[in-house]
Amino acid sequence: MEHYISLIIKAIFVENMALAFFLGMCTFLAISKKVEAAFGLGIAVVVVLTLTVPVNNLIYNEILRDGALAWAGLPDVDLSFLGLLTYIGVIAAMVQIMEMVLDKYVPALYAALGVFLPLITVNCAILGASLFMVERDYTFGESVVYGFGAGVGWALAIVALAGIREKLKYSDVPEGLRGLGITFITVGLMSLGFMSFSGISL
Amino acid sequence: MAETSAKQVLFEPVFNNNPIALQILGICSALAVTTSLSVTLVMCASVIAVTAFSNLAVSLVRMQIPNSIRIIVQMTIIASLVIVVDQVLKAYAYEISKQLSVFVGLIITNCIVMGRAEGFAMNNGPWLSFLDGIGNGLGYSVLLLIVAFCRELIGAGSLMGYTLMPLVNEGGWYVPNGLLLLPPSAFFIIGLLIWGLRAWKPEQVEAPDYKMSRHKVKEAF
Repeated sequence: MEHYISLIIKAIFVENMALAFFLGMCTFLAISKKVEAAFGLGIAVVVVLTLTVPVNNLIYNEILRDGALAWAGLPDVDLSFLGLLTYIGVIAAMVQIMEMVLDKYVPALYAALGVFLPLITVNCAILGASLFMVERDYTFGESVVYGFGAGVGWALAIVALAGIREKLKYSDVPEGLRGLGITFITVGLMSLGFMSFSGISL
Repeated sequence: MAETSAKQVLFEPVFNNNPIALQILGICSALAVTTSLSVTLVMCASVIAVTAFSNLAVSLVRMQIPNSIRIIVQMTIIASLVIVVDQVLKAYAYEISKQLSVFVGLIITNCIVMGRAEGFAMNNGPWLSFLDGIGNGLGYSVLLLIVAFCRELIGAGSLMGYTLMPLVNEGGWYVPNGLLLLPPSAFFIIGLLIWGLRAWKPEQVEAPDYKMSRHKVKEAF
């Protein structure tokens, strides 16, 4: 149990997807002008990550890994080069399925998430988490915890940035820095703040 | 778009319409690889190759793709190209591919590749699309190489692994600035680069959301 708690703290704070690995930056900068929008996107990312990382973990361990097809009489087959194509396919499919399920059963949430759901397919944080999961060889349980933690970390970062940007638009920024430039520097300062977590291990 | 010249398509994205500084595309998988110049060079070469060839491929099949499934088709083309690049890197530059770790795979979701395939290659011929891919890859590379140059030189006192400024702990005179090797510095450098670029080309400055009213001195008296 402590192992899982330590993993989730690490995924949220120490190895924050957005601020330590620069993943999901495009959406991170584009959709962080309003807190509500950022919050909606954050929730969507948490849900998609918690679902896709474990599913990709199963696919990797049962089908793609070197020797994983032994049960089908093919012990020498190594399909791990198909990984990238499979993960992105799984992510696109999961997002599509989630969209349909939400539309049918939870229309309120579907309306709230709106355009953000399809956008998530091309969010690097989602694919990145799956790739990190493969690289670090997580077990199924760890992959569930890691997917959830990575999503929460990303959501936390985007909501915080949106909060800062809502106030920032009233400040007198030098002309060339206006908009994108000052946002980058703000994110840099946030990233510096998050680095203070780096010594923590439970 | 018939009169767009090849040269314009190739060089426009480098400074005037830079994918990172102006279009906010492709920042995702980029910044983490800029701690040393040689790794960045490999990353840039991979991105240029993928953007150019995915643009070419998408442009070649653009008449055959049904509109409703075009995203999936583009995604598959891009993912296949990235797998090729990944395998080549693993075969011929194993050390660097280890350092790049997941970021080669993340070229798939690099918004530049997707954005150019969707925005340019779907409407233009193969040759122009190919050039547009190279141009946007170059625009991305220029910015990335500048960042990597600053980070490796100031953070570690070397370039491409060769020591230019001998470090203090190796008997030299240069005290390295460790901050430049950490993630936040990349954000600062890009922010400052954007400032520099916009000071040079003022037409890229964004319009303010909110304008302060002028301070009226007279009312104070």
